[in-house]
Amino acid sequence: MDRSTLYTRARRRALLEKLLKAVVVIVVAVIPAIPIWLMYAGLVAQAFSSRVTLGIIPVGFTIRNWRFLWSEITMGLTKYPSIWPMLLNSLYLALGTALIVSLIAGLAGYALSRMEFRGRTPMMQFILALHAFPSVVLLIALFVLLNKLGLYGKGFITLTGVMIIEAALQIPMGAWIMKGFFDSIPWDVEWAALVDGCSRFTAWRKVILPLVLPGFAAVALFAFLAGWAEFILVFTFISNQRWYPLSVYIYNLIGEFKYVDWGMLAAASLFYAIPTIVFFALSQKLLLRIYVGGLKGVA
Amino acid sequence: MVRVKLDHVSKYFGRVRAVDDIYLEVNHGEFVTLLGPSGCGKTTTLLMIAGIYKPTKGRIYFDDVDVTDLPPKDRNVGMVFQSYALYPHMTVYENIAFPLRIKKLPKNEIDRKVREVAKLLKIDHLLDRRPAQLSGGQQQRVALARALVKEPDVLLLDEPLSNLDALLRVYMRAELKRLQKELKITTIYVTHDQVEALSMSDRVVVMNEGKIQQVGTPEEIYAKPANVFVASFIGTPPMNIIRCLYDEKTNALQCPGFVYSLPDQWREVLSARTSDEILLGIRPEDVRIVEPSEGIEPHARAEVLVVEPLGRDIVITAALSEESTMKIVARPGTRISIGERLGLRFELEKVHLFDGRTGRAIV
Repeated sequence: MDRSTLYTRARRRALLEKLLKAVVVIVVAVIPAIPIWLMYAGLVAQAFSSRVTLGIIPVGFTIRNWRFLWSEITMGLTKYPSIWPMLLNSLYLALGTALIVSLIAGLAGYALSRMEFRGRTPMMQFILALHAFPSVVLLIALFVLLNKLGLYGKGFITLTGVMIIEAALQIPMGAWIMKGFFDSIPWDVEWAALVDGCSRFTAWRKVILPLVLPGFAAVALFAFLAGWAEFILVFTFISNQRWYPLSVYIYNLIGEFKYVDWGMLAAASLFYAIPTIVFFALSQKLLLRIYVGGLKGVA
Repeated sequence: MVRVKLDHVSKYFGRVRAVDDIYLEVNHGEFVTLLGPSGCGKTTTLLMIAGIYKPTKGRIYFDDVDVTDLPPKDRNVGMVFQSYALYPHMTVYENIAFPLRIKKLPKNEIDRKVREVAKLLKIDHLLDRRPAQLSGGQQQRVALARALVKEPDVLLLDEPLSNLDALLRVYMRAELKRLQKELKITTIYVTHDQVEALSMSDRVVVMNEGKIQQVGTPEEIYAKPANVFVASFIGTPPMNIIRCLYDEKTNALQCPGFVYSLPDQWREVLSARTSDEILLGIRPEDVRIVEPSEGIEPHARAEVLVVEPLGRDIVITAALSEESTMKIVARPGTRISIGERLGLRFELEKVHLFDGRTGRAIV
């Protein structure tokens, strides 16, 4: 066989492989995303229409579904208070969790990565094991604990208590993630900072911290999402409607199935998603800011 | 400028003795190189001088002031790391200015000093770039600038040239040496490259397994190695070490394939030996090839195995016996073919003798 036919064949085979890859990517990544996108589309459509046919096709534009934004609503026999204080509650819970987690995980991750102390490895294994327990498992124990401490059903202070619990649940994984980021910074850089006149803390703040900002963004984002999505703890421990976060509000909207207003539920859900999208957009920028270079010979 | 003294310094990591009882004095403005294979403790020594590691035993003095317990920031040392360790999130300007900003110097003074040192190192056109946008050689200069800008008492360099390509390395070698002489900063340089050590330093400290093997000028290290390790570490190709047995009766060495007679006056020196096993050392460039036409009796004969022409000279590997080979450096143009038997002479003044048990130099 002459050379040119061989080449043509090889080229054809390469093209076929490329095509096959594209097909696999579409099947694996794009097709499963379609129902998800459809659901989001349905949600948006439903939130702005007075009636929906076949679940996704909107009929008649309206903003009546958004009436929870400017008025109290009554459904069946229950009257629901304004959504705005609940939004603040949710933000307080989520941002507070994110702050506590990133602060403690940042320091803990540094210690786990950089400091030699007895029992470091068992501690890290323990931390990982901690993460295996879902928060529901702790519900009864936490109930007893909060009750004993007089924190059960107390409104704001209980919300803060839930924030601390939520943070405690998120810290192990956060510290673990931060450790990974600190591990990736060579000792040389930290030593250079020390030689350049920094104390250990100044070196951490001026040189190490800027380099692990993406890690902080990741940890803060996860903690924020966890705090924002928290439902079972607040639902169990907070008895005063005034201190409910949004997740409980949405639960209440479907609480009485007889009277579910699907349009309003869609609108409220959409409203519930907006802050997470904003927070994600903000921290994503930070997530992508990973510095490379300036270091040779050290991986 | 400062005099550095390491007073019997040791550093253990668990049971590993990274540095073992080192005594060293470095004078004002001197360029001293710590030379040794990787893992010999030279970088650990440097990090102890910088204050990053604390010695397990011993004290470190800068000009008779005990600095052993001082943190790095209070020692006023400048250091260039093998990886350069530039701060990737800062521009070149910010990198160089960093030590001065930590010291809280006034802005205009920082600016003046940064520009001055950048000009000295010919990187003044790169100040706005980030480290990732620089070549290896440029990064290396930035690291050097950052170390020099604070006018350190001691400059510590940890294999700063090892990541550069060969041409740049030769250039930077001369450049560094010139700079050091110009600024007269006490400099301690760590390398595993003997060419760097010999070409740049005022004195060389050869280290192995955490211990100092020899301290001396490059000439001394080359001409009078204190032991077998130094002898075989310095020089390319390294010194030939031939295992021989000393016969006291005939005052001669029984070597593989030949007998080497020693002069009478060496008998006394050799009485200090700890065993009859003596290592005969001779540098490849000191071996003389004797042509049959010269009419001189050779000390040994060897069969040529490999010939490597290197341009400036030829390296020959030859077998003295079944199990003993040696390297010979011959002038280019010497006609040698594989399988040929060469007559070799080892002139007495070029021969080194080492104790077979301790490895120490006898002659």
